[in-house]
Amino acid sequence: MLRVRNVWWIGALAALVLFPLIETNPTYTSIGIFTLIFMGCATSWNMFSGYSGYINLGSAVSYGVGAYTLTLLADHLHVPGNGDLFWLIPVGGFAAMIVAVPVGLVALRVRRHTFVVITIAIFFVFQLSATNFSFTGGTSGLQLPLIPWLETNYNKPFYYAALAITVFAALLSFAVRRSRFGLQLLAIRDDEDRAAGLGVKVFAVKLTGFTMSAFAVGMGGALYAVFLGQIYPQFVFDPIFDISIALMSIFGGLGTLTGPLLGALVLESMQQYLTIRFSNGSLYLIIFGALFLIVVLFMPQGIVVYLSDWRSRRSARRAEGARVVVGEAS
Amino acid sequence: MNGTAVLHSIIDGVLTGSVYALMATGLTLIFGVMNIINVAQGIFVILGAYLSYALSVHLGIDLFVGLAITIPTLFVVGIVVERVFLSRIKGPERVVMSILVTYAISLVIEGVLNMVFSANYVELHAWYANRSVRVFGFYLGYIYLLGFGLAVVLLGALYVMLYRTRFGSSVRASLADQTAAALIGINVRRVSTICFGLGVAVTAAGGMIYGATNAFNASSSYDLISRLLVIIVLGGMGSIGGALVAGIMMITIEDLVSVVWGPVWSNLAFFLILVVVLSLRPQGLFGKPSVRVA
Repeated sequence: MLRVRNVWWIGALAALVLFPLIETNPTYTSIGIFTLIFMGCATSWNMFSGYSGYINLGSAVSYGVGAYTLTLLADHLHVPGNGDLFWLIPVGGFAAMIVAVPVGLVALRVRRHTFVVITIAIFFVFQLSATNFSFTGGTSGLQLPLIPWLETNYNKPFYYAALAITVFAALLSFAVRRSRFGLQLLAIRDDEDRAAGLGVKVFAVKLTGFTMSAFAVGMGGALYAVFLGQIYPQFVFDPIFDISIALMSIFGGLGTLTGPLLGALVLESMQQYLTIRFSNGSLYLIIFGALFLIVVLFMPQGIVVYLSDWRSRRSARRAEGARVVVGEAS
Repeated sequence: MNGTAVLHSIIDGVLTGSVYALMATGLTLIFGVMNIINVAQGIFVILGAYLSYALSVHLGIDLFVGLAITIPTLFVVGIVVERVFLSRIKGPERVVMSILVTYAISLVIEGVLNMVFSANYVELHAWYANRSVRVFGFYLGYIYLLGFGLAVVLLGALYVMLYRTRFGSSVRASLADQTAAALIGINVRRVSTICFGLGVAVTAAGGMIYGATNAFNASSSYDLISRLLVIIVLGGMGSIGGALVAGIMMITIEDLVSVVWGPVWSNLAFFLILVVVLSLRPQGLFGKPSVRVA
């Protein structure tokens, strides 16, 4: 049976599929690509951090590893500048997962708030390594071969690749949420000691979740590298990325499925648009910060939960009103 | 590289480290009393530096005299931020929410600072900023010595306040156990507000020294806050002694690495040490092991 909720999902997906066919201006399709990359990354991030409550502020590690893996492989394997580069994107994701294992082994030994800080520290280790080692090209970064596509259709393959990553991340996140494994992550969020007492292998569950969530983020980074054709340490290992991903998920609703998708859709497209509209970055910072403060303070559970609460309150009021009317009539 | 250079870098490290220790103490005090990670500490340091800059450039007020204005100003800023924003955060995800709220605050302040002062790097100037004195064959910058002195004085004042006054006992009681403190009649709300004010106020002094020893703009806050967070985690979150030791230790090691292997590796060493220490001792050097953190 087709339920109302599924209709919404299908409609949203159709809108995303049709967008680059209707809007051909490369400025706006580029915004679409970045927005989709962030939607995928935020969803994947939320699959671990949102469900388990372990806020990872070093997700750019996965993003950067994905981007560097793709670029270095393309260079060493002499991949020509065409669609072949896209096949390396999942490889970037796997590399991010492999890196996430030792990172998780170190970072997940500590409890929540220390975890936040240690992920930041590990992030800086990676950023500084990318700047200091020679195989990464240092501060001058790395170049990818140019893709000789026509400018009018240039963005389309990237757009659909980003959409594929987002759909994959959303499906995975949905599957995890419905699984026993997902319940274990939620149990860890609610009370880790009690979960351990009930037989949840907390460390193994946390490490698995942490590693899984690196995959789509790594693919996002790899796609970003192909799209821009060049990478620099400060752009792929970007502290703003770390915080943006968390912000988007929390803005939308931490631990919900729609939250990160919606949060990234609103915030990233707004950020891209505002950056183009006002070249003044400071004004953008103020608007963004203020908006964010309002959301966190007045809708602390995110817009998704706020809206659904508001809807149920409204329908409750309506039901109340109906009863009054019926009562008067009788 | 030789022994003298190593010794010199150790002395420099201790002098600079004391200033970081001061700023980190504010941060760890806030965390210990309120369970809030104040990510805005970095931008408050820069705000303090810019206030000193404005006072010295526009009004010709000496940097150290200016502290008499900037420290109370930041104290008030801290109180206002706590009352208006942080006191509204409630619920189980308090720590996470506090990171987000303070991050948003720091974005707004960063934007305002960029607009007022532009993104160009500035440095604080004073007649003593570039002079040095010869002590036992080492040339030590006046500003480093003065910074060290200032940090010692302020940390001493903080110590006296915490251990020799009635308010200090309330603070230490709240550090140990908020519920118990509230039960014996301590107004934890008031203590929290004042602690946040104090924690932010020390950044005025830290920022002035930072600005006199480094060129800075509003984005320098990212570098600062990542270091300060590393310091307080390494020392053990909520431990004031830990913040002191870790602050001096980390900056000294950073200086040493920069002399021995080169400056590009010093930052990396800084974060690697944290990763190594936390793998061996998850609660930090002086932290209490977390038996049950809900």
